[in-house]
Amino acid sequence: MNIEAHHTDGLEACVVECWSCKGPASPRALFCSVCGAVQPPRPMDHFQRLGLMPGFDVDQGELERHYFGFQRRLHPDRFAARSAKEKLMSQQQAMALNEAYETLKEPLKRAAYLLKLKGRKADAEDSAKPADPALLMEQMEAREALMEADSAEQVQAILARTESDIAFAVDDLSQAFAAECLEGAAKLVMRLKYLMRLSDEARGRKSRMTRGTL
Amino acid sequence: MSDMLFDIFEPGETPLPHAGDEVAVGIDLGTTNSVVAISRQGKPEVLRDDKGRAIIPSVVAYGRDDEVVVGHEARNLILDRPQDVVSSIKRLMGRGIEDIKAVAGQLPFEVDGDATGMVRLKVAGRTLSPVEISADILKAVRAQAEAALGKKVPKAVITVPAYFDDAARTATKDAARLAGIEVLRLVNEPTAAALAYGLDQGAEGLYAVYDLGGGTFDVSLLRMEKGVFQVKATGGDAALGGDDIDHMIAELFLAERGVTSLDAGRVKQALMTARVAKECLTSRSEGEWMLEFDGKVSKHALSRQTLEAMISPLIERTITICRQVLEDAAALPEDVKGVVLVGGSTRVPLVRKRVADLFGTQPLANINPDEVVAVGAAQQAEALTHGSDTLLLDVTPLSLGLETMGGIVEKVILRNTPIPAALAQEFTTYQDGQASMMIHVVQGERELVAQNRSLARFTLSGIPPMAAGAARIRVTFTVDADGLLTVSACETTTGVESQVQVKPSYGISEEEMAEMLKDSLEHAKDDMAARLLAEAKVDARRNLLAVRAALSHDSDLLSPSEREGIDRAIATVETACEASDREAILASAEALETATKPFAEKRMDRGIRKALAGVSMDSLEKRVGE
Repeated sequence: MNIEAHHTDGLEACVVECWSCKGPASPRALFCSVCGAVQPPRPMDHFQRLGLMPGFDVDQGELERHYFGFQRRLHPDRFAARSAKEKLMSQQQAMALNEAYETLKEPLKRAAYLLKLKGRKADAEDSAKPADPALLMEQMEAREALMEADSAEQVQAILARTESDIAFAVDDLSQAFAAECLEGAAKLVMRLKYLMRLSDEARGRKSRMTRGTL
Repeated sequence: MSDMLFDIFEPGETPLPHAGDEVAVGIDLGTTNSVVAISRQGKPEVLRDDKGRAIIPSVVAYGRDDEVVVGHEARNLILDRPQDVVSSIKRLMGRGIEDIKAVAGQLPFEVDGDATGMVRLKVAGRTLSPVEISADILKAVRAQAEAALGKKVPKAVITVPAYFDDAARTATKDAARLAGIEVLRLVNEPTAAALAYGLDQGAEGLYAVYDLGGGTFDVSLLRMEKGVFQVKATGGDAALGGDDIDHMIAELFLAERGVTSLDAGRVKQALMTARVAKECLTSRSEGEWMLEFDGKVSKHALSRQTLEAMISPLIERTITICRQVLEDAAALPEDVKGVVLVGGSTRVPLVRKRVADLFGTQPLANINPDEVVAVGAAQQAEALTHGSDTLLLDVTPLSLGLETMGGIVEKVILRNTPIPAALAQEFTTYQDGQASMMIHVVQGERELVAQNRSLARFTLSGIPPMAAGAARIRVTFTVDADGLLTVSACETTTGVESQVQVKPSYGISEEEMAEMLKDSLEHAKDDMAARLLAEAKVDARRNLLAVRAALSHDSDLLSPSEREGIDRAIATVETACEASDREAILASAEALETATKPFAEKRMDRGIRKALAGVSMDSLEKRVGE
């Protein structure tokens, strides 16, 4: 039977070939059940990769436990004495894990990714769509206030307010995703993006002020 | 010992040929001093010379007739033959002539080098690259380890400053190759120190490692938990260290003496005196030192207070970097449970005071700050060769990006991204019919290309004619576990591809490297052959293992004659692996692959049939119809 033919008919999801013993392996397996060889990362989403339920609410402790658990088995340091091919496979696995971890650990990246999984672009990535004028106005005013703040205390106050806004936006995102309201979630991703940038700027301005370079 | 690493090996089989004799050490290749250690059964030990000294000064003296002296003896020659002695060479690793112009006035060497190549030093009538000089240090380190252990030491984990860029990392790996050492892994110095500290003290929680060495400063923030050492953020300055303090003191003394221009020898003499003064002032509050040359003796008094006022801006630079790293990790000083001090320069009282002020906690120095990095490197070397339950998860210290229109950098991998990492970005052409695209890889945090370090340039050519903006050029950056970068580019609508192992512009070309290996290493050829043979055996044994596993699982698929053929092929590979003929091993492995091909096909057939049996006809039709 020709293996290649099976890749075209949608059944590759059931069986893949182990690169080492050339026998059938499960596409979800990290190691071949017959010969034990580490397998390359297969196409799957970041939630599946880390063994998590897809959704916006991710428990940080659980995320890290899973991430560390997979890295313990797949990191290239575990394969330093192995064949070149195994080293390569483990490197690819570790890269895929790192990408999944980096994407899921931050609310903004996680929300944007979840929207993409659900087939909807975040508004920020959709250049055809004009930004929400109310949001633009709010951000312009906030930025102006930041530029005019001339003491570390004033900057700190703006920073604290922004951080609390971020926390609210994350809460709202959680509710939007729970209600499957993708339109609302997309708007919130946009808002969160602005808020994160503002808090970065505020933090930068604060540390320049305390250092006296401003 | 981890059972996971060995679980797929048959009893009596080892992951490497002669694994029992394989010795892997950890080497801290420092700016001022180098240290080598080994870890056996989880017990680290610093390897000393016959006089009981652990430290090998990173100083090399070159004489007539190919004479090379390294370490204490070389340091003793600084006053007699200053023009022949090189120290602090690590500061020039991966540097170009343009990089060092800023510090050229301070350099006690005559330097050379064209605009693009790595800087060269003129010493004792030779022209040497920092890679060759570092290789001489590594050879001495290796010799000390081999003398202490009584056997060959072919492999090592070598530490580098976390803030070392790609060029400096590559240069370090090249130096090891020249010294005949196979680098198991480049590990960041603060990470190695954290490993040693965490394993020794059982520390858990968020820790900072403040590493101020002779020439480099690093600070890393790590979370240590149940054997996982996760670097959250790292920062530093690859050109800031105890050497700078020495320079300040030396300049002060020379100014007091009224000297304006000096030869290399006098500068080195003044620097040595300055170092003595600096070290004295860590325990005393004042002192007086003498400079004696050109028939004149001058006396120089210095108090700790004056010294501290002088070096305060340097220490503040490190504190600012610490703040940045905290910010990158979204942590506050009070989140940090402890600060581990590493590097000789952390003995300076002002450093300890400022670090304690920032983190609000007394820094920890209960492991010798000169040895802790080598100990951690040794523990990682043991983990890599014999297995371990601990895991190091490190990050890239500097962002990596590409030059775009107008000399602006487009970052592809941001600093503090966990490694290994692979990230891709899409670009497009900006002219109709553009057939090629220049790809310029840079490293650093600044917005403009000119302000960052240029790592490499290459061209993706053969792009078919398209309208401007129609081509999709996908550039992929891959950073491996050593922190080394590979970049590939591909036009995705047509599949035109180009890949480079980024050999930094300020590095040594492969041709030069081959030439050096030929010249400098009498056993280079043997070493290389031995390595290739070992690799062939590892690969062949992996194949044997896979075939045996498949046989024990699916042997019912084979007729007796088919089985006999495979068994014969296995026996041939086994025999070949016992001998030392690489070609024979490769040939037998290929024959085994051919012999098992029909078997593999049968196994796949059965696997697919089994999978199909689990899928109902309905969903099958649906899938096929998709």
